[in-house]
Amino acid sequence: MTIAALAFYLFAISALAGGLFTVISRNPVHSVLWLILAFISSAGLFVLLGAEFVAMLLVIVYVGAVAVLFLFVVMMLDVDFAELKAEMARYMPLALLIALVLLMQFGIAFGAWQSADGAQAARAAVTPENTTNTAALGMLLYDRYFLLFQLAGLILLVAMIGAIVLTLRHRPDIKRQDALAQMYRDPAKALELKDVRPGQGL
Amino acid sequence: MIQADLNTILPEVVLAVYAMVALLVAAYSGKDALASALTWLTAALMAVLAAWIGFGGSGTTVAFHGMFHDDGFARFAKVAVLLSAASVLVIGRDYMARRDILRFEYPVLVALSVAGMMMMVSAGDLIALYMGLELQSLALYVVAALRRDSVKSTEAGLKYFVLGALSSGLLLYGASLIYGFAGTTTFDGIIVAAGAGQTPVGLLFGLVFVIAGLAFKVSAVPFHMWTPDVYEGAPTPITAFFATAPKVAAMALLARVLHDAFGGVSADWGQVIAVLSLLSMFLGAIAAISQTNIKRLMAYSSIAHMGYALMGLAAGTAFGVQAMLIYMAIYVTMNVGTFAFILGMERDGRPVTEIASLNLYARQEPGRALAMLILMFSLAGVPPLVGFFGKFYVLRAAYEAGFAWLAVAGVIASVIGAFYYLRIVYYMYFGEEGEGLDKMQSPVLWGFLTASAVAMVLGVVNLFGIEGAAAAAAATLVN
Repeated sequence: MTIAALAFYLFAISALAGGLFTVISRNPVHSVLWLILAFISSAGLFVLLGAEFVAMLLVIVYVGAVAVLFLFVVMMLDVDFAELKAEMARYMPLALLIALVLLMQFGIAFGAWQSADGAQAARAAVTPENTTNTAALGMLLYDRYFLLFQLAGLILLVAMIGAIVLTLRHRPDIKRQDALAQMYRDPAKALELKDVRPGQGL
Repeated sequence: MIQADLNTILPEVVLAVYAMVALLVAAYSGKDALASALTWLTAALMAVLAAWIGFGGSGTTVAFHGMFHDDGFARFAKVAVLLSAASVLVIGRDYMARRDILRFEYPVLVALSVAGMMMMVSAGDLIALYMGLELQSLALYVVAALRRDSVKSTEAGLKYFVLGALSSGLLLYGASLIYGFAGTTTFDGIIVAAGAGQTPVGLLFGLVFVIAGLAFKVSAVPFHMWTPDVYEGAPTPITAFFATAPKVAAMALLARVLHDAFGGVSADWGQVIAVLSLLSMFLGAIAAISQTNIKRLMAYSSIAHMGYALMGLAAGTAFGVQAMLIYMAIYVTMNVGTFAFILGMERDGRPVTEIASLNLYARQEPGRALAMLILMFSLAGVPPLVGFFGKFYVLRAAYEAGFAWLAVAGVIASVIGAFYYLRIVYYMYFGEEGEGLDKMQSPVLWGFLTASAVAMVLGVVNLFGIEGAAAAAAATLVN
């Protein structure tokens, strides 16, 4: 077994284990930590494929931002996951049955897997000579897949509008900070100096 | 190169840029005070784009390395989508304004959603298909929950979102299997790879997953569970939108995937579509019988109608696609009219959706009751009206393609379904004394209701020429 094969099996097994424990662990914080393991293992698989840039993105974006965000949300939200799980346990036998049927069907599909004749050649889009990973990706993203890239931007815009439409409320009855008003406050108008004589009071 | 590509997608670019400009202008100036004007402007722009695409385009252009197809089929679907979306914006404006839910984001989201639909019907690649689909769905999830103080509306949005996400997952899984088989995501590549010899099981799996994902979007049985709840929970103008433009776009997208990418293996997917069609027709016809809410009833009605449209698709022939296009065009026209009527149903200024409230409506407003009667007869497919011709075309397409059993089942389902349409007519003309409804005030609703009903009668002469247009459109897709 070569080192590459060994690394592949190592990463693949830890990715699968991470995914499994994300789903079954009782503590939601543990789930997120397992998820991070799954992400890092997938990043390792990408490195083995020669896609270093994607691997680094996975670590930076998913592990660095998304998973940490999850962790915050899970810690802040007071959701009783044990109760949700108990609810789910009621449907478990049926779910397992369906999963078993699906698994057998996939066994049939993948057992007799065959690709079209030219599929392997069409897919083999190796990075061109003397081009870095990132540059090759950029050429595809901003040239060949320009339309899809712009569409993805529109989808994110819709998501942003949606989040604002559904959650932003203008409440006139609460106090807000007005920085300009604070800066332009005139001490002469706001303060009044009183000369209080000892023993007399105001 | 990029110049020519951008010229091809100019209508989509115009709509998307308009949406972004409108969003910025409204956000920095009048906010919701501009909502009414923006709604009119958006509807007008969509009508102009429909005229531009309908009269301007010719021939077949492929842009962006085969990801975008501008052909007769896409143009037919785009005109139908744009016109129905514009009509729905116009008829719903008054209702939304009076219930204080006419926010300026509403026309912007609808415009972005329509841009997504235009991408969908032109998609020539699995990724472009998914991007268009997601752009339209995401905007729809948001508008479904637009009345955020109402539990029902929020529930409708959430339910739609969760089930829509599930269907996207199915679709993407199918797409990955297809990519695994063909080694490319473009439809041109897939049809070459899939055409030769026997279809392997893996490719069939992918195809079935893609069909299941799209069946969610057209609410075909057994992927219809979300439809009645979402239709009932969403504000009525948005329900009207759900029932028209997205259905045309999703149906056209399904036709495009099946013919452009899997045209060579039509025997494999014909049966799948036929089963979806059969189940949808019967469930739509039977489950609607016990409904008392007219919006839920329209949901089941749309499920049944999608069954008939799928029947045309199941045929797998050019005539089948033509029948499907004609059916969808007629369905959209009838639905715009029917929803114009439903939007006007109110008592003491509050919207009413109970069917029983229509008791003896004919005595109160004979003109409107007559228009509704024509629409209901047409929806049921009663012979002299245009709705009958739609059913006739799909039944003929199914029969000629060897699906005689499906055509017979379609006739039976249509007879069962006629019951609930006629029940509405019965309530309006022979019901019991009830509380009655307010007088319908808006001239816009009245105009659309009348125009739709008149079209159902006058269209009998030559279907306004859409037959030829649909035939030309179908010919560019199936060859």
